[in-house]
Amino acid sequence: MDLTSISPVLLLASLMVAATPILLAALGELVVERAGVLNLGVEGMMITGAIAGFATAVATGSALLGFVGAAAGGAALSLLFAVLVLWLRSNQVATGLALTLFGLGLASLAGQPYNGVRAPPMPELDIPLLSGIPVLGPILFRHDPVVYLALALVGGVWWFLHRARAGLVLRAVGENHDAAHALGYKVLRLRLLAIAFGGACAGLGGAYLSLVRVPQWTEGITAGAGWIALAIVVFASWRPLRLLLGAWLFGGISVLQLNLQAANAPIPVEVLSMTPYLVTILVLVLISSGRGRARLAAPGSLGQPFHASR
Amino acid sequence: MIILEKRPNPSRAWALATPVLAVLATMIVGGLLFAMLGKDPVLTIRTIFWDPLFGPFGSYTRPQLLIKAGPLILIATGLSFGFRAGIWNIGAEGQYILGALTGAAAGLALYPSESRLIFPLMVAAGALGGMAWALIPALLKVRFGTNEILVSLMLVYVATNLLAYAALGPLQNPEGMGFPGSRNLSQWPSSANLELLTGTGLHWGVVAAGVAVVGAYVLLARHAFGFAVRLAGQAPRAAAFAGVSPSRLVLACMAISGGLAGLAGVFEVTGPAGQIGIDFGVGYGFTAIIVAFLGRLHPLGILLAGLLMALTYIGGEMAQTQLGLPGAAVQLFQGMLLFFLLAMDVLTQFRLRWKGASPVIVATAKPVEGAR
Amino acid sequence: MKLNRRTLLASGATAATLAVLGVPVRAQDAPLKVGFIYVGPVGDGGWTFQHDQGRLAAQEHFGDAIETIFQESVPEGADAERAITQMVLSGCQLIFTTSFGFMDPTANVAAQFPDVKFEHATGYKTAPNLATYDARFYEGRAVIGTIAGRMTQTNKIGYIGSFPIPEVIQGINSSFIHARKVNPDVEMVVIWAYTWFDPAKEADAAKAMIEQGVDVILQHTDSTAPQAAAQEAGNVFTFGQASDMAAFKPTPRISSIIDNWGPYYIQRIQAALDGTWESQSFWGGIGEGEVLIGEITEAVPAEVKAEAEALAAAIGDKSYHPFTGPLNRQDGTPWLAEGQVATDEELKGLNFYVEGITGEIPA
Repeated sequence: MDLTSISPVLLLASLMVAATPILLAALGELVVERAGVLNLGVEGMMITGAIAGFATAVATGSALLGFVGAAAGGAALSLLFAVLVLWLRSNQVATGLALTLFGLGLASLAGQPYNGVRAPPMPELDIPLLSGIPVLGPILFRHDPVVYLALALVGGVWWFLHRARAGLVLRAVGENHDAAHALGYKVLRLRLLAIAFGGACAGLGGAYLSLVRVPQWTEGITAGAGWIALAIVVFASWRPLRLLLGAWLFGGISVLQLNLQAANAPIPVEVLSMTPYLVTILVLVLISSGRGRARLAAPGSLGQPFHASR
Repeated sequence: MIILEKRPNPSRAWALATPVLAVLATMIVGGLLFAMLGKDPVLTIRTIFWDPLFGPFGSYTRPQLLIKAGPLILIATGLSFGFRAGIWNIGAEGQYILGALTGAAAGLALYPSESRLIFPLMVAAGALGGMAWALIPALLKVRFGTNEILVSLMLVYVATNLLAYAALGPLQNPEGMGFPGSRNLSQWPSSANLELLTGTGLHWGVVAAGVAVVGAYVLLARHAFGFAVRLAGQAPRAAAFAGVSPSRLVLACMAISGGLAGLAGVFEVTGPAGQIGIDFGVGYGFTAIIVAFLGRLHPLGILLAGLLMALTYIGGEMAQTQLGLPGAAVQLFQGMLLFFLLAMDVLTQFRLRWKGASPVIVATAKPVEGAR
Repeated sequence: MKLNRRTLLASGATAATLAVLGVPVRAQDAPLKVGFIYVGPVGDGGWTFQHDQGRLAAQEHFGDAIETIFQESVPEGADAERAITQMVLSGCQLIFTTSFGFMDPTANVAAQFPDVKFEHATGYKTAPNLATYDARFYEGRAVIGTIAGRMTQTNKIGYIGSFPIPEVIQGINSSFIHARKVNPDVEMVVIWAYTWFDPAKEADAAKAMIEQGVDVILQHTDSTAPQAAAQEAGNVFTFGQASDMAAFKPTPRISSIIDNWGPYYIQRIQAALDGTWESQSFWGGIGEGEVLIGEITEAVPAEVKAEAEALAAAIGDKSYHPFTGPLNRQDGTPWLAEGQVATDEELKGLNFYVEGITGEIPA
């Protein structure tokens, strides 16, 4: 065993990349849930974004335009969900699961012409000077633009939810839609926007897989990442900064367990491969058993259909 | 412009009519999809909806419907209690796997002895295994307030890893040439869960699903526990006043859903699946969530929803092999069917009205609808 | 397989019901209907994709003489048994089931339909109407192991394993033995992904290896994610797995090990058409064209390329076996004596590393 061969700097750098798809998808879902809507179709929107982004990138020759296409694809699929749950008041849990099924089928049908095609390369964003800083350089400043986009979005969502007036309204809608309605806020319109934002973010997360990490289109490319994203939202107790920690924790443990394997650590592999899930549970238990339990509660109207009774 | 208006009471007529309408709508839109893919729409729809029931090989596929629907109904019935009470167990897949693992382990520990007691022992072990796995999130929620959605979902992945470990380690078939997988339990008379009546597809798991549906119906309609569950879902404060302990309710609902999922797992591993393998979990636990809501969390609804899901699975397979329809198109079609079923549901709760018509004063007696 | 009265009765009765249903019998001039059961989607770009390429090659070869049908993403267990039975009912005379997990379901259905021919990939159960077939992937791994041993600068080769099953352990041992043969300082780093396909995890595994100084990566999982990770790192070489992964030529992908099922499918369908089909256990490799070594790119020096090609030729004409003694087990106990060759039985149940590999096989 040679644990010294695990470099913490490189580990942290990989963690930022490994966490990005989950982070993006989870961030979108966080906003959706803060608006009081539970969309379990993240996996379906992610994979739709993965193929929409891939197809756009191949058609335009630009990976960055691909991400735009991915966001549009994810958002378009999420609008289907929005119509069903907001106006037709269908059950959110079941509709979300159906959306996953639908999205997986749609993506693999749409992806058939793209088997074995190579995606255009992603421009590197080597920030000059900063990337040369020892330790911090490799961790923070040698990634592709989407990594920074994800971080910026976390900051943006935090600012929106906690500092912007519209964010306050969104939270009010999520906490108690009847009260928000009584105050004259457009509950359904806000929720529609939140759902579309969630779909776009999930699409970006999926495209990060098909355009940066793999980068090819293969069926089932998301391999369950959408479910992890859902779990991370709960882990974060619906708060953006904690979401970042959750995604890094999960991504970090996933990367660390593989590093430990490569370093021949004397821990059974089957135990190592369970650790990301077990550690997530453990940390959540520690958080929830500590102080501030009351602040862990889910948005009050989460999962409930809204009908304006006049 | 059309607006929706809440009905004072859910319409019974529409409750019966909407599923039919939804299936018809799916047939039309699905038919268009199939036509776009270059398949004969009428033939494809017939292959999916008609042939599994009354096609030339109906006497083979009808029993298969029960085999496929059995675990879905069993798990969904268990889940429906928690969902009604606002307790979110979305890790039934993990409980299903654990039930199969503990059940198979209990049996294989006694291999190759022959006894009539082995099968009941395995069934009990499976139910307890599933229950124990579901009680982890339940206890964490009760003791520390930890969110059960996250814990139950994460435990699915832990269960999947345990499954791989068991299939490659302790439960591996010593005569299996080093391949992953246990001995075939359906070929060991003491553990085999075979068809009870030849040609019906009826195995103990299907029987258990039937018993669970009836049991759930009685429990919900007649028993204090059913009352507590319904009350907790609809009016948590009133439930607290009525002396319903939230902690006990969480434990009970999770134990029921985990136990039934575990049962489904052990019946599956001793019968249709036959052995523990790396890919034993095929997603019944997740599909069952859809079935539960599609059945409106009502035992009889779940029964029908489970059968309908099974029909689309088997019909979809037939469309793949016989008509060369891509598997992805079947998935898309299933998603569409679910969308229509869920969307049409609105007609049972609301009526359509032209805006501008004289407003009718409607008593909205039930502003909070719980999870539904 | 252990049979008892109940199972016998049950399966006998099922067969009887099915006989009543009237399983279609092939008319003389009607095309032979051949079915394929796939474990993954055709678009997986790996295992199932390659089987489907084999099916297409057979369809192309025979034209109107055969009709092929397939079902993709078939779960193991009850669903597989139903899928196979439905293929029989729809008139298939020859059915290929292409995953290890389909073994018992295939055997069960084969027992019910003695007149239909079945072929199961990678298993070990046979019957008069049930043959098995597999590919000697370890032969290809010997060749790419040789290239890996020559190409590494850091003397660290990585191997991303899926599950610790004999096929994968054969691959790890074979590539290690041949890398060591050309480079005695070589070490092998193994990571078990516990999945056949999970791009994100495979990318992370490749990165973890690269961070620890690995500069040649072999993979036994199906996605191209490790190739992308290697490309990003630069100076790291990889090999295509299952399919050619030609999109990553000329580097990082410097060669590949390709599953090529077409020749076998054509041969067996021909036998079925001729009426000469018989049950067998077939295990073909480079010589039979079942395992192909994809183009060795210009990133590899000419002499290394020649060496690899010579090894492939020697394995192909059976003058050399990749598991030839002297070889010791990991714990140092002798396994194969000088000149002794591992038997197929030993290889099919291989569950230990050879001497020199560090780490333990899980479970």
